[in-house]
Amino acid sequence: MSLLALLGVLSSAIFSGTSLLYTTLGEVISERGGMVNLGLEGVMLVSAAMGFAVTSTTGSPYLGVLAAMLTGGLMNLLFGYLVITRKANQLASGLATMFLGFGLSALIGAPYVGTKIGALPRYLVPGLEFFPRQYTGQFRFDFLIYLVVPAAIGVWFLLFRTRWGLGVRAVGESADTAFAAGRNPHTLRYQALFLAGLLAGLGAAHLSIAYTMTWKEYMTAGRGFIAVALVIFSKWHPLRAIAGALLFGGAVAFQLLLQASGVNVSPFLLDSIPYVLTLVVLMAWGGTRKHAAPAGLGRVYQGSE
Amino acid sequence: MATLSTTNTKLSLFRSKPFQVGARYMVIFVVAFILFGLILFLAGKHPVEAIQDILVYTLGTPTGFSEVIVRMIPLLFTAIAVALPSRVGLINVGAEGQLYIGGLIAAGVAITFPQLPAWLLLPFMALAGMGGGALWAFLPVFLRARGLVNETISSLLMNYVAPTIVSFFVYGPWRSRGAASTPQTVDFSESARLPTFFDTRVHLGLVIALIILVLFWYVMKYTRWGLEMRAVGGNPQAARRNGIAWARYLILAMCIGGAIAGLAGMSEISGIHGRLRPNFSPGFGFTGFLISWLSFGNPVGILIMSFVIAIITSGGDILQLKQDLPYAVLNILLAITLYVVLAKPTFFERKKA
Repeated sequence: MSLLALLGVLSSAIFSGTSLLYTTLGEVISERGGMVNLGLEGVMLVSAAMGFAVTSTTGSPYLGVLAAMLTGGLMNLLFGYLVITRKANQLASGLATMFLGFGLSALIGAPYVGTKIGALPRYLVPGLEFFPRQYTGQFRFDFLIYLVVPAAIGVWFLLFRTRWGLGVRAVGESADTAFAAGRNPHTLRYQALFLAGLLAGLGAAHLSIAYTMTWKEYMTAGRGFIAVALVIFSKWHPLRAIAGALLFGGAVAFQLLLQASGVNVSPFLLDSIPYVLTLVVLMAWGGTRKHAAPAGLGRVYQGSE
Repeated sequence: MATLSTTNTKLSLFRSKPFQVGARYMVIFVVAFILFGLILFLAGKHPVEAIQDILVYTLGTPTGFSEVIVRMIPLLFTAIAVALPSRVGLINVGAEGQLYIGGLIAAGVAITFPQLPAWLLLPFMALAGMGGGALWAFLPVFLRARGLVNETISSLLMNYVAPTIVSFFVYGPWRSRGAASTPQTVDFSESARLPTFFDTRVHLGLVIALIILVLFWYVMKYTRWGLEMRAVGGNPQAARRNGIAWARYLILAMCIGGAIAGLAGMSEISGIHGRLRPNFSPGFGFTGFLISWLSFGNPVGILIMSFVIAIITSGGDILQLKQDLPYAVLNILLAITLYVVLAKPTFFERKKA
């Protein structure tokens, strides 16, 4: 096992963790507002396809990122229309959004299968200029990677240090109380969902435009669901979500490491690590989870007339 | 209203419940197809031909229709697997995982005892599949009954663990060393295959699924268990105070649901595939959840919705063939159907509930 291979594993862990962290941050916001979006997988797929299509046609990866974000936001608003305005069941609406994402992304992406795009430019991590290129080559990252931890801090600030964040959290705990206190649960929930969609779109854009640089059907491969699991794992807290994403990135890296060193462990069992770990953590936190989950999670706000 | 329906027979037909239910499903279907056509049109495809192809293939040709029925079988199983626990207030999102583990264990039996006669091997496989599904359902409901973890999220998470275990066995110890380049187990012996009807792929699983559906309806409506389960679902606290074993009903309902989902896995690998493959279910468990939810856990509704969803999903092959559209595009039609129901325009509003 050479040092070079080790660095490569570390680098790919960072790449695969980034898209996940953006998506998880978005889901933290919407779940704090009381909405579980099981359709995140579909939202990500459509965003990834849209971002890739726009990048491929215009040649500008930045426009692609923008398009992916907006697509994510719009997909989430569609979900929001069902669960907020039409007061539909959140789990069922999420699954419907997931199916829509599978289909829509296949339709959008079909002409682009096999095409190549120019990726987001990558910059060397500052401070590494003095090391041999051979070793630092793996540590050239695009701006989305550099921005992901600041984004987590930004989401934390937004949720816990602003009036808007307080409103969203209040709606997530008890929509009726928030309404009585003069906040509009419907508006706040729509805003939270739109922001969550933008972040999910960013995560998807990173996947298709910066990381794989290709489009193929079902390329998110369960990341949307892992994001939902990681939200619980991180106890609905944006900063703990960083740890969750690192853990997932670590699991991917561990898997690559084992393969590289020739240890014969089935990659499929390693794939299940994030899920199993989340389950174990949930059990361990079983007694205390009342303090963690937003009390109004999954509840429909019936309005007050 | 009663006087009106006796004086005007024509009106009473329109007011009758079966007619209204039928009309509601028809309108859902029509609106969904129109929206689907619109999306195809915007994407520059030929919407009219596409929809025509789907309908003519699924409802107009014997092969197509038999494929609809084939697709309907696992959906019936998984929908019941969700509907039964929902009667005691449990949300089982884990039918997909239960289906996979059921298929896995049933395949294990089929591979280990290929020489057994069919009358012994098939029931053995079915029991194994049910056991596997029940096992996969037990952990979430056990944690729920102990008040540790909500069953919704744990059963959802376990959905993603189950296919990886199946892949582990199919790529690893059970992989056929034969000519096939795709990873799969050895072909099952003839005695491990469910019999099929009339030279189609429709297999005995259909009969089993329908029997279970009738049993579900009967037990819920006419037995003490059904009554007590509804009591537990309606008001757990009151049920407990009346001496109903609350935790036992939760665990029983969820595990039986899991067993039925496991049966779906067994019937798929035994009736359709004849071997175990990775990812052998294209989301039957999730679709079953939606069917159960859309039909409010009502047995007749489950039957109708399974049929409708089966038509939609089996139209994908023909779209791929004739319109050069990716198979996954069919999910749009499925999603729109669900959206129409979930958004419940006032026309579909149920009088009660």
